[in-house]
Amino acid sequence: MAEFIDLVLLAMLALTALRVIFLKDLFAVVMLFGIYSFLSALIFVNLDAVDVAFTEASVGAGISTVLMLVTLALTGRTEKENKRSTVLPLLVVTVTGAALIYGTLDMPPFGDPNNPIHQHVAPRYIEESPKEVGLPNMVTSVLASYRGFDTLGETVVVFSAAIGVIALLGVRRREDLAAEESGFLTHHVLRVVAKMLIPLIILFALYVQFHGDFGPGGGFQAGVIAAAAFILYALVFGLPQAFSVVGAKFLQLMASFGVLLYASVGLYSMFKGGQFLDYSKLAADPVAGQHYGIIIIELGVGITVFAVMLSIFYAFGSQVERSNVK
Amino acid sequence: MNLILDYYNYWIVVFLMMTGFYIVISANNLVKKIVGLNIFQTSVFMLYISMGKVTGGTAPIVVEGVTQYSNPLPHVLILTAIVVGVATTAVGLSLIVRIKRAYGTVEENEFENKDDAI
Amino acid sequence: MFILDIVSSLLLIAGVFFGLSGAIGLFKFPDFFTRVHAASVTDSIAAILIIGGLLLQTSFDLNTAKLFFILLFLMLTSPTASHALAKSARHGGLLTLAETNKDKQEQTH
Repeated sequence: MAEFIDLVLLAMLALTALRVIFLKDLFAVVMLFGIYSFLSALIFVNLDAVDVAFTEASVGAGISTVLMLVTLALTGRTEKENKRSTVLPLLVVTVTGAALIYGTLDMPPFGDPNNPIHQHVAPRYIEESPKEVGLPNMVTSVLASYRGFDTLGETVVVFSAAIGVIALLGVRRREDLAAEESGFLTHHVLRVVAKMLIPLIILFALYVQFHGDFGPGGGFQAGVIAAAAFILYALVFGLPQAFSVVGAKFLQLMASFGVLLYASVGLYSMFKGGQFLDYSKLAADPVAGQHYGIIIIELGVGITVFAVMLSIFYAFGSQVERSNVK
Repeated sequence: MNLILDYYNYWIVVFLMMTGFYIVISANNLVKKIVGLNIFQTSVFMLYISMGKVTGGTAPIVVEGVTQYSNPLPHVLILTAIVVGVATTAVGLSLIVRIKRAYGTVEENEFENKDDAI
Repeated sequence: MFILDIVSSLLLIAGVFFGLSGAIGLFKFPDFFTRVHAASVTDSIAAILIIGGLLLQTSFDLNTAKLFFILLFLMLTSPTASHALAKSARHGGLLTLAETNKDKQEQTH
């Protein structure tokens, strides 16, 4: 049954991607991309990757789509007719694709437990991580503990992306924004429902943050969900309102605070006589130390991701406000 | 039939990858190029997750009485890659916004012509 | 237990029927507003029926509570989304099919 669902969903995914090529209306292209992300999240669930599906649904279908829509508001929604010949790209793609398909025939068969990928590192994680780290969710154990250094690097990449976006677009200060209220002034239903939902979304983000050790979730997903709540607020009540709730300067401080929190856990474990990010030294009992370490670094990741996603949205949103004023 | 089931996921991955690649090299509009890049990126995620799947396994969260789990390692790699992916997409989109401000267009051939004129 | 299974499968089948009819309506209906109407059938009644059917399949534990919250969330968000969509279209100046036909007739006379 799972194989059948896999067949159907992957075929739908391929059709969605194919449709993107022929559409000239970029608004529809971005909407199709949102559908594409949701479909891939479903496929990830079907392939047992629940944490990944969670991230893809909130990031790919949520934040990416919103950012692309904001960009479309600034750059226009139709692609112009393009007179270039499609023969050469088609040829390149066909040849590359044929080579890759030929390559897949040497791949080990899908889902076989004896595949090389399942023989080396993974069995140790699966057998030892519940004892060594003490968490039921192996993905969190590997992400935060065994590969903690890698995750620190990725958090820094996310942080530097925010620096890049702010350097390119800049963030308006509150006084520079148009004084009159923007947002959906006449949509009373939307405003009431948004007011009801935003606290619930933030509550859910906190649940995802702190329940990530036991079920799917963690800092990355929680940060994105919390950012989505504030983005909803900014969309419905207008950017100036959102700025007075969470200021852009404060967000920049938060983004750097998260990275520092993560790195300082590593330094602290060095002071305690272990290696960088060796959480076992954080408490007398190694397993308890792992728990403390993972909770703190997941919090650091969550804060950074939240602040970065919201700063990026603020940067794009203030560009839209600016072009509306002109 | 067995051959198809064994390689179906990989073939779809190659198809998606090539669709994304085609959009990136043939589209004229920069926003559409970014969408193509994202399709390409998601196909790579799909490849990793497909390799991590074990038939008969469950999600890698410890449950009483389950012995067969899917491989958690690709999940970790892809989870972080998705968030990094959206961060880099945001940088790409903000570059597009700057290009629009500087040239007044986001169609590739148009702003290249303007570059030539200068 | 047997009766619960029958009720739950009836709810699921009804949910699938409404979902399918919503999808067909989305393709077949002539103008934007009727299409929103079809899509909101899928959003509201189909989702409620399917989650109701699934609720009866659980053994009344944590999963029941989670499904109940999903149901609550869907009942709040999907009508709002349909409403916002239709209202924005109206503000943007989109006319229903009847109004467009009337306009055309007035122009020809």
